[in-house]
Amino acid sequence: MGEKYDVIVLGAGPAGLTAGIYLSRARVKTLIIDSGTAGGQMVMSYNVANYPGVETTSGWDISQTMLRQAKTFGCKVMTQSPVTGMNLSGEDKWVEVEDEGRFYAHAVITATGGVPRELGMESEQRFMGTGISYCATCDGDFFTDKEIVAIGGGNSALEEAVGLTKYASKVTIVHEFNEFQAQPWIVEEARKNEKIHFLMAQDIIEFTGTDHLETVIVASKETGERTLIPAEGCFIFIGYVPNTAVFKGILELNERGELIADRQMNTSVPGVFAAGDLREKRFRQITTSVADGTIAALSAIEFLQQRADSSPV
Amino acid sequence: MLRTNLKHTDTDADYKDIIENNENVMICCGRMGPMCLPVYDIMENLEEKYPSVVFRDMDFDGPAGYNIRSLPECRRFNGLPFTIYYKNGKIVAATTSIQNKKQITSILDREFS
Repeated sequence: MGEKYDVIVLGAGPAGLTAGIYLSRARVKTLIIDSGTAGGQMVMSYNVANYPGVETTSGWDISQTMLRQAKTFGCKVMTQSPVTGMNLSGEDKWVEVEDEGRFYAHAVITATGGVPRELGMESEQRFMGTGISYCATCDGDFFTDKEIVAIGGGNSALEEAVGLTKYASKVTIVHEFNEFQAQPWIVEEARKNEKIHFLMAQDIIEFTGTDHLETVIVASKETGERTLIPAEGCFIFIGYVPNTAVFKGILELNERGELIADRQMNTSVPGVFAAGDLREKRFRQITTSVADGTIAALSAIEFLQQRADSSPV
Repeated sequence: MLRTNLKHTDTDADYKDIIENNENVMICCGRMGPMCLPVYDIMENLEEKYPSVVFRDMDFDGPAGYNIRSLPECRRFNGLPFTIYYKNGKIVAATTSIQNKKQITSILDREFS
């Protein structure tokens, strides 16, 4: 039998780490497991200026502080540890981790967040790092005085496209619809920028080039007419998808793949709670994830207490 | 200056010393950005499992960064981090942009086992 915990938290983003802090501080034996890096999507934010109590910081710094807090209270944190199997039903739940075996707990908090949406094309993978990027702040300066493409129509896509004009000679925004989903003032700022051009209602067909990206091929949704856009760089900002595939068939999900939980973060399975961006909700912020993590932890503590109270002596 | 738990390669002398005096070396050259941080984290996780490999990071914009930025192997790289694997001082693999644990361990196992 593998190591036993009171609570296993799946995910080490702001929701998972907050749950870990609350649980461990309440002396609940807690294990946090994450297939990636501690911090989750929070580390994508270079500058966080709206986290209450902190004037300005980075997502990385917040995540590292949360990680230290959780560990200080005795929480065990395993990062870069993909989950290979799980059983969330019944009294003794278990989670299996690659190369590490099974871990058992009476309660599980799911806080696996979201992952950047990809187009899912073979050529997208082929030019990753040699033209395709998902981070303007990271890679924008590689495209100084070059023509690039930005794909997407939400706030991030348009804001990043405007930011990329600091480097690029021309930025073509390609969007799948005729209207942008971004806020009107963000669209206005992009429209006023002379370096930005727009191609609306387009499908991405392929990325082509030799040892680096040279052309983005798109096709009109209305006419099917193809356009070859010369571009050495292409930045993809098409949103996030909830990281809930592993829970399909185990926990109740909505049509968008978001996990359904009540106000106390209870999911459809007793003893399993949800917190953060993976669950069905309207607003997704670091602060809302922190709130979710707090509630999920307190609910898990209550669940464990009720379980202990009802157990025969 | 990178704020990771890895040992840093800050100067030309550090760089030269590390690749000349170690059989197996992995250097990740990047910034404190979202594409780089996961790679540093994976390296930290692998240090114990691969004791025969020297893991280092390097600030892309720091004084030693040009040693990797100017490598012919990185000529077409347009995504941080640039990660270089050295065997007896020679480059045996180079990757650009974010990599996952499987991608990294497959190179470590192939080149350094």
